[in-house]
Amino acid sequence: MSQRKHDKFILEMKDLIKSLMTFCKPKVSILNNEISIFIQDKEILKTLMFFKDNPSFNMHTLIDFTAVDYPNEEKRFLLIYNLLSVSKNFRIKIKTWVSADKPVSSVTEVFPCANWYEREAWDLFGIRFVGHPDLRRILTDYDFDGHPLRKDFPLTGFTQVKFDDELGKVISEPVKLEQEYRTFDNLSPWEGMSKILPGDEKSEKLDD
Amino acid sequence: MTKTENYTLNFGPQHPAAHGVLRLVLELDGEVVERADPHIGLLHRGTEKLIENKTYIQALPYFDRLDYVSPMCQEHAYALAIEKLLKIDVPKRGQYIRVLFSEITRILNHILNITTFALDVGAMTPFLWLFEDREILMEFYERVSGSRLHSAYFRPGGVHRDIPDGLTDDIENFCEKFTSHIDDTEKLIEKNRIFRQRSVGIGKISVDDALEWGFSGPCIRASGLNWDLRKKQPYDCYKEMDFKVPTGSTGDCFERFLVRVEEMRQSVSIIRQCLKNIPDGPSISNDPRIVPPKREIMKESMESLINHFKLFTEGFHVPPGETYTAVEAPKGEFGVLLISDGTNKPYRCKIRSPGFPFLQATEFLSKGHMLSDLVAIIGSLDIVFGEIDR
Repeated sequence: MSQRKHDKFILEMKDLIKSLMTFCKPKVSILNNEISIFIQDKEILKTLMFFKDNPSFNMHTLIDFTAVDYPNEEKRFLLIYNLLSVSKNFRIKIKTWVSADKPVSSVTEVFPCANWYEREAWDLFGIRFVGHPDLRRILTDYDFDGHPLRKDFPLTGFTQVKFDDELGKVISEPVKLEQEYRTFDNLSPWEGMSKILPGDEKSEKLDD
Repeated sequence: MTKTENYTLNFGPQHPAAHGVLRLVLELDGEVVERADPHIGLLHRGTEKLIENKTYIQALPYFDRLDYVSPMCQEHAYALAIEKLLKIDVPKRGQYIRVLFSEITRILNHILNITTFALDVGAMTPFLWLFEDREILMEFYERVSGSRLHSAYFRPGGVHRDIPDGLTDDIENFCEKFTSHIDDTEKLIEKNRIFRQRSVGIGKISVDDALEWGFSGPCIRASGLNWDLRKKQPYDCYKEMDFKVPTGSTGDCFERFLVRVEEMRQSVSIIRQCLKNIPDGPSISNDPRIVPPKREIMKESMESLINHFKLFTEGFHVPPGETYTAVEAPKGEFGVLLISDGTNKPYRCKIRSPGFPFLQATEFLSKGHMLSDLVAIIGSLDIVFGEIDR
C-alpha cells in the first residue's frame, strides 16, 4: 500500500469508527497515522467487545496493554489497549483515564491474553482490575512492596537484597548507595525556551 | 481401587529445558499436565523504568539486552519509533544495511531456537553443527559494531557506521555454505522418527486461538495464517525485497520448527538481495541535531566537537507525541510504544515482547499433554527470558 493510500484508509477508518460507535461518545484522533480512541473507563468492556465482534473491524488480537502514569492529572493513569486486526491489517489504540483508587473492569473474558498484561499493570502501576481471575504480582519479587513504574517510585527502589553469610540466607535491607544517585540536568537553557522570548508580551499589550 | 492425588512439581527456575530462568509450578496427574503456572520475573531488570531515566540514545543499548539472541531487530523497532516521532528519513544504504543485519539476526535466532529445541527432544547433532555458523554470524556483528552480542548498531537515522571493506564478500561466502548446512540439518531431523514422535501433534493451536492469545511471528504462521509484518506493514526497504512467507497448517511443534527452517532459507535470500542491490551513499542521516559528526571532522572543527558533546550529554529533544512501532522480530511482533513529552528522555517506553503472550499460553497448550511434551512446547515457542521479564 502506498503512503497516500494508507493515509486515506486511516481517515476512512476514523469516519467508520465514529459512525458505528453509537453507544458512547468517543474522541477519535489520528497521530503519526495511528488511530487513538478516547473513551470513559466504564465503557472499556463494551468497546473492546464491539471492536472484536464487529465484522467491519475484526480486531481479534489484543496485541498490547499498558498504562502510563501522569501524577499531575486529575485521573492519574492512562490505560492503552492496543488492538490489531489481522484481516483488515490495521491497528487502533483505545485509551481511557482512570484514577489510582478506582478499580477498572478486567477484559480477560474478551481477550484471554489480557490476563498477564493486567497482572503487569497491577504489579508495576498498582491499578486494580475487577473480575480478574488471578491478580497476583508478575514481574517483581514475591514479597515486593510498591509499584515501580509509578513516577514517584525512585529509580533505585527502597530495598536491596544480599546473601548474608551469618544467617545463611538472602536478606533484604533498606537500599544503601555508596554514592548519591546522580542525575545530570543536561537540558540546555537555550533549547528549553519557547519561541516567545521574555518581554514579547509587552509588544502585544501596546496594541490593545 | 486406590485413590490417587495430583502431584505438584516445581519445574525450574534452574532447569536446562526451561530456556532461562522459568519457574513453572506444575500440577500433574501421573505424568499428565493438569495445570501449569509459569512464575516469571526472575530476570526482571526494570528496563522500562531505566529507559525513562536515560536519554534517547542512552536507552538504545537496553534493547540489545532484552532478547539477547536477536539484539538488532529490537534496536530496529526502537530506532524506527524515534525516527517516526522525529520525522527523519534514513538514507537508502542505511536501510539496506539494517535489513541485511535484521536478517542475519533472524538466522542467529532461528539457529539457536531450532538446535536447542532439537536438543530438548533428544537430538544433539544440529546444535553442534549449526553453532559453528552462529559463531561466524556473530563475527559479522563484531566487524560492524565491535561486539558480538550487545551491538548498539542501529541508531536513530541509520546505522552507527558503514560496513567495513570486504564484509559483503564474506557474507556472500557464508550464504553459499550455509544453505547446504540448513539442508543437512533439515534432512537429519525432519524425517527422524524420534523427533517426529516428540513434536508432531504436540502443542497444537488453531488460528483463532492463536489470535486470541496474542500470538505472532513463526508461531502464528505455523497455524496457517499468512501474517508477516515485513510484508503486511513493511518498514525500511522490505518493500523492495522478494521473499516468501512460509506457513504451516496444524500449528504443532513440528510445524513451528519447519516454518523456522524455511524462514532461514528466505532470510538467506533476502541477505543475497541486499548484498546485490545495496546502493552507495551515506549510511546514516546527516541531520546534525540527531546524528553525531564524523570523528575526522571533530579533530578539526570545534563546532562539531561541541555538537558531539551536546549530543552525548544532553541528547536530542523529541517533540511531544506518541507512537506504537512494531517490527517482525525473529520471535514475532516486537513493538515499542514510545511516548515523548518534548524533553530529551522518553516519558514512557512500553516494550511489547512476543514471548510474553507465548509463555502465557503455555498452560493452554500443555494441558493434557505429558510432562516431557511440555519441554517440547516451551522449546518450540522460542522463549527467551530477557524479553519476557524486561
